[in-house]
Amino acid sequence: MFEHVSPEMLGNIYVGLLGLSVLLYAILDGYDLGVGVLIPPRTEAFRDDMIASIGPYWDANETWLVLAVGLLLIAFPEAHSEVLQTLYLPATFMLLGLILRGVAFDFRAKVVQVNKRKWDLVFKYGSLLTTLFQGYMLGIYVTGLRTDLWAQGFAVLAALGVTAAYAFIGSCWLILKTEGELQQKAYYWAKRGLGILALGIVSVSIANLSLHEEVRDLWLSAPWGFMLFAIPVTCFALLTLCGVLLKKLPRSDGKGEWLPFFIALLVFLLCFTAFAISYYPYIIPGQMMISDALSDASSLRFLLVGVVVVVPVILAYTVMVYKIFSGKSEKLSYY
Amino acid sequence: MDAFLLSRLQFALNISFHILFPTITMAMGWFLFYFKMRSNISGHPVWMRMYRFWVRVFALSFALGVVSGVTMSFQFGTNWPGFMEKVGNVAGPLLGYEVLTAFFLEATFLGIMLFGIRRVPNWLHTTSTLIVALGTTTSAFWILALNSWMQTPQGFEVVDGVVYATNWKEIIFNPSFPYRFVHMMLASGLTASFLIAGLSAYRMLKGDDKLAPKLALKTATYTAAVLIPLQIFAGDMHGLNTLEHQPQKVAAMEGLWETTEGAPLLLFAIPDEEGRENYFEIPIPYAASLILTHELKGEIKGLNEFEGEHPPVAPVFYGFRVMVGMGMLMLAVSWLGSIYLMRNRSFPVWLKRTFAGMAFSGWVATLAGWYVTEIGRQPYLVSGVLKTTDAVTQLPPSNIAISFALYAVIYSGLLIAYIGTLMLMCRRAVEIEEITTEEREIAKAKMSPNNNPVTV
Repeated sequence: MFEHVSPEMLGNIYVGLLGLSVLLYAILDGYDLGVGVLIPPRTEAFRDDMIASIGPYWDANETWLVLAVGLLLIAFPEAHSEVLQTLYLPATFMLLGLILRGVAFDFRAKVVQVNKRKWDLVFKYGSLLTTLFQGYMLGIYVTGLRTDLWAQGFAVLAALGVTAAYAFIGSCWLILKTEGELQQKAYYWAKRGLGILALGIVSVSIANLSLHEEVRDLWLSAPWGFMLFAIPVTCFALLTLCGVLLKKLPRSDGKGEWLPFFIALLVFLLCFTAFAISYYPYIIPGQMMISDALSDASSLRFLLVGVVVVVPVILAYTVMVYKIFSGKSEKLSYY
Repeated sequence: MDAFLLSRLQFALNISFHILFPTITMAMGWFLFYFKMRSNISGHPVWMRMYRFWVRVFALSFALGVVSGVTMSFQFGTNWPGFMEKVGNVAGPLLGYEVLTAFFLEATFLGIMLFGIRRVPNWLHTTSTLIVALGTTTSAFWILALNSWMQTPQGFEVVDGVVYATNWKEIIFNPSFPYRFVHMMLASGLTASFLIAGLSAYRMLKGDDKLAPKLALKTATYTAAVLIPLQIFAGDMHGLNTLEHQPQKVAAMEGLWETTEGAPLLLFAIPDEEGRENYFEIPIPYAASLILTHELKGEIKGLNEFEGEHPPVAPVFYGFRVMVGMGMLMLAVSWLGSIYLMRNRSFPVWLKRTFAGMAFSGWVATLAGWYVTEIGRQPYLVSGVLKTTDAVTQLPPSNIAISFALYAVIYSGLLIAYIGTLMLMCRRAVEIEEITTEEREIAKAKMSPNNNPVTV
């Protein structure tokens, strides 16, 4: 099957899939990592409800990372080994963060009361470790795997930016899924997060323009630049709208509580689009082209059969699970 | 230490830690499906209580499996870049199919299994349990297809030093795959059986006289008693298959240096690779030939035929004996347990202690077995195609030393926490696992004279 699909086309399909996985990962695991980062060390009732709100989802959310890394490994093996060998230690720290938060989630519910808070803290700081190093890795990746001081500075900025973005979408998730005092707190977090996120997007965007000449030329040239400018303009319009909304909400009838999360989702989408436009057709910005890293076409065609059949099914049952657990999350109970 | 040794140690650590948890969850998924079906059919609340207890064990084990599995997907590129460069065209799609057809399925439907019972109709909850069990089995299918291909590769061609797939059916159903898949699934069945039996026995020792642990102990003991002879048979078949395709591995397992007609089975020995001989042999004459060739005078190739191309002997030799020894112990204990159950319907205290002590015996056997087959593949990463030394990273050893140390610390901590938590859950279950209001309602409705149908 798919014998007629050319290698260029395969490259585009797989880079598209990789992009989809990364985007879905950033949104989905983004909110549950964000909830983790926001865990308040002192209020246990909040912690239970916050963790209950992500209970049924986090496992599947994290699987998008496995798929993204898997696709990079399968379709662009040279890029995979180049990126991950350069980012060996940050990747290790990120993985340790993921391990700690993942297991803490399960341990906390099964241990004695005195140890529960310890696991909650492991959950919080594991999440933070993960978000910081994901941002850092993203930063270094965007510079084209540079390791000089300027690139390090940019990566630190990206680490904070990604953490802020996750915390923001996490608080929007909590607005959607929780009630009462915790929801009030989530509104407060979202307002704070929104400002930091806006600041982060501006500074990362400006820093980004200084990194690659091609990107600068693309964004600052007529007529493309003007059209592309619609992306940051829309993004800021949305963030402003969200700021206004957060002041108006909550309403007593609970309407519109889904809006902040929806806006956060659109902002993630826009940032990702801008990023994709900037660096296509590179698989490592400024360093390695998609076509140079692509693995054997016939193997990719073999996998494509599975992709075409299975990915829509995955998306369908993911939607189904979100429907099943829609509405306010229940008190934490396992079974 | 160099990057090669450190990378091998780290990979061994990661995959050894990882395999502990899928080994439990693969079969426990099916146990849970069985409990759920029994609950659906009989309506007796005890089955649901068992489900609830074991689904939490499942969830914890699954989480540990997931997080350590994520680490694996990074390590192929970070520590073994040569692996994907050389055989990525075969390994890639197999890993891809595993993620697509298994990982999402397990992770998503586990959410319904754990949190959805009040939100979805009962049939969907049962189906989700089935899907998760199918998902873990599918996952095993793909990863064992890849592992078996690395042992007995076929269906490919090498062009300019790179492997290209020519026939996917041959790649997936390579000669050792059916044996390895069955052997591993049975290993998982035994590991889960002994874990369930062991922890149930532990609960009873701590004073739990409710029905749930008794029933779990019975179910698991009988399952183990049925699976262990099947496993011994499957292992034997797997050994014959290995003799055909990887005779050097069998020679190392048997500690046989010279090609011999009528080779003895060594119950114990200390193999010396430098001197190429064994010390302190305890042999059973002709037994190895009889088992492997089904003839007393059958010829078995010795390690000296493969000098420089055979695996390190001692770990394979000892690993094999640990695995087989554990298997024999499992046979004895599970059959003894079954006899007691059939005759007396209960266990004496010493037998409960034995079962509790063997709660994690499946881990020992499984790890030992994997060491035999994986170390037995050395010095190759992919038999005859890629040597392990040619696949390793050029990373500075200090970086790998740091990550190795961190993983070692975290994994030991987690292993202790895991075992400790399971035991704590057992001790707590002694007191807290009582009849819920929901079950009381059902029981009441059934007993009341005007038997109104109850919707659950």
